[in-house]
Parts: sequence; structure tokens; C-alpha cells
Amino acid sequence: MSWAFVLAMGLGAYLTKVVGLVVLGRSRVAPSVDRCLTLVPAALLAALVVKDTFSVGQDLVLDARALGVGTAALAAWRRAPLIVVIVLGAAVTALARAI
Amino acid sequence: MSDQRTVVVASATLGAAIGVFGVAFGVGAVAVGASVLQACALSLLVFTGASQFSAVSVLASGGSTATAFGSAMLLSARNTVYGLTMSRIISGSLPSRLVAAQLVIDESTAMAAAQPERSRQVTAFWVAGTAVFAGWNLGTLVGALAGSAIDPQVCGLDAAFPAGFVAMVAPHLRTSRGRWAALLGATICLATVPFLPVGVPILLATTGVLVGLPPERDRRAALVVP
Repeated sequence: MSWAFVLAMGLGAYLTKVVGLVVLGRSRVAPSVDRCLTLVPAALLAALVVKDTFSVGQDLVLDARALGVGTAALAAWRRAPLIVVIVLGAAVTALARAI
Repeated sequence: MSDQRTVVVASATLGAAIGVFGVAFGVGAVAVGASVLQACALSLLVFTGASQFSAVSVLASGGSTATAFGSAMLLSARNTVYGLTMSRIISGSLPSRLVAAQLVIDESTAMAAAQPERSRQVTAFWVAGTAVFAGWNLGTLVGALAGSAIDPQVCGLDAAFPAGFVAMVAPHLRTSRGRWAALLGATICLATVPFLPVGVPILLATTGVLVGLPPERDRRAALVVP
């Protein structure tokens, strides 16, 4: 990993924060843009879930991770704390692999 | 129990939970070739968990640094919206607001938004932000140091990432639009994974947010969870 990548990530992330809090301050963005931006986590995180569960590189696969992440999803749905969800996901996957 | 104390206890608990999550990040970052110093620098400078995890996840699948950076910045874009919201309660000198900006993340915004009055909102923002900052960075250090000693496959750590994403996405599925955006994003990603360079499907998945374009006709109806 290059330091340029690390610094670009830091600078980029800080910019997204400082633009909202300090630069734009109390001004408003268009309501339609605001509605779309609030949906970014839903679309992006859901995509990351399926990518990390069902793919290896460019191949679609079904393996132990599906069991682990399925269990994690069930725990998240029952509003289990973040840490419980993560540990369950990892533990069930490891267990399924070991069997 | 006073509300001030409730905020401190809740923030400390949150900080500890985030710390464990930070350990998973540290392990993951070292696994994709970051040095211990780089993993720690990422958590100190970037300090927005979903973006960091997304970048490492894209790199781990063999994606380019450009797509890793792109997905991280798209995820961090919501911090701009949080910043806009927090600018209504965080006043003070420019230097203090520049410091506050680094703490604008999901947890600090949520904790502040949950308080009934302004002075408590300000306290909640700073206390939660500081607790999460401490937990996240300590966790990253521990994970990065332990990283090379841990086989992610055996411990199921490769599933810790999607499990964490599941936990992070859950609150966003409470509205029908959130569910549609998630379904669209997930479908677009899976459908394009076999054909596009690694990481690009994640960027394409953000087009799922376009379900937010039309105005909501009945706000109440949109918030009802079946």
C-alpha cells in the first residue's frame, strides 16, 4: 500500500466532513440531492455485503461465508449489538469451514 | 440517572464496541499490504469506518486503488450531510469547528440527534465522537500488530467484513426507500461482478440511490415498516 493512497484517503474523507460542517454550514442542498445522499449507505453497504459474501474476485461462489453472514443478518434484524453481529458472522463461518 | 451520564455511558460502550471492529479493520488492512503505521494512519486520518472497510474490501478482492478510493469517498459523502445537520448545533471558533469536522461520523451524529436539547446535543457530539475515535484507533493498532499472526480464513475474519456491513446497513432498511436502494444496489453489484473489473460493481451499485429522486408523496407511509 502506498502512502499516497493513505494520504489521499485521509484528505478526501476530511473534505467530505469539513464541506458539510464548515464550508456549506447552514446552507441547504437541493431536497432531491439530500434524499439521494441519505440513501447512499443503503445501496453501497448492501452491495458490499453481497460482494463479500458471494464472490471471490470476479467469480460468484457459494461457500461457508453465506452461512456466517446469514446468521449475522438474522442477528442484525433482531437488533443485536454491532459486536455480536460481527463475532457471530466470523464464528459461524469459521465453524462451517472446520466441519 | 442524569442524561449527561447516560450519554457518557452510552458513548463509552459504543467506543468499546467500535474498538473490536477496529481490530478487524487492523487485521484486514495489514492483510492487503498496509504496514502497521499505514493502518493506524488510515484510522487516524480517514476516521470513517465504512469507507475504510470498503477500501480494504475492494483491495482484498484484487481491485485497483482508484476503485478502492472511489468506493470509500462515495461512502464518506454521507458525512457531508451529517456535517450540514451538525452545523446547526456546533458553533464556536473556526479551529474548534475544523477539529469537530473530523468527528462527524454516523455515531456522533446519531448520538447528538438523539438528545432533546441543544446543550446536550453539543456534549453528546463531542463525547461520542471522542469515545469512538479512541476505540477505533486503539482497536486498529491492536489488529494491525496482531494481523500477521492471524489467518483470516481460519478465524472466519473474511466474513467479519460483510457481517459488519450487515450491521451497518440494518438501520438504513427501516424506510421503504432504503430497502429499495439496498435491493437495487445488491442486485446491480451481483449482476455485474462477473463482467466488470473488481470494485467497479460497488461504484455502479450507488445508482440505487436514484430511487430517492421523486418527492415522497406521503412521508408517513414511507416510514412504515411492514
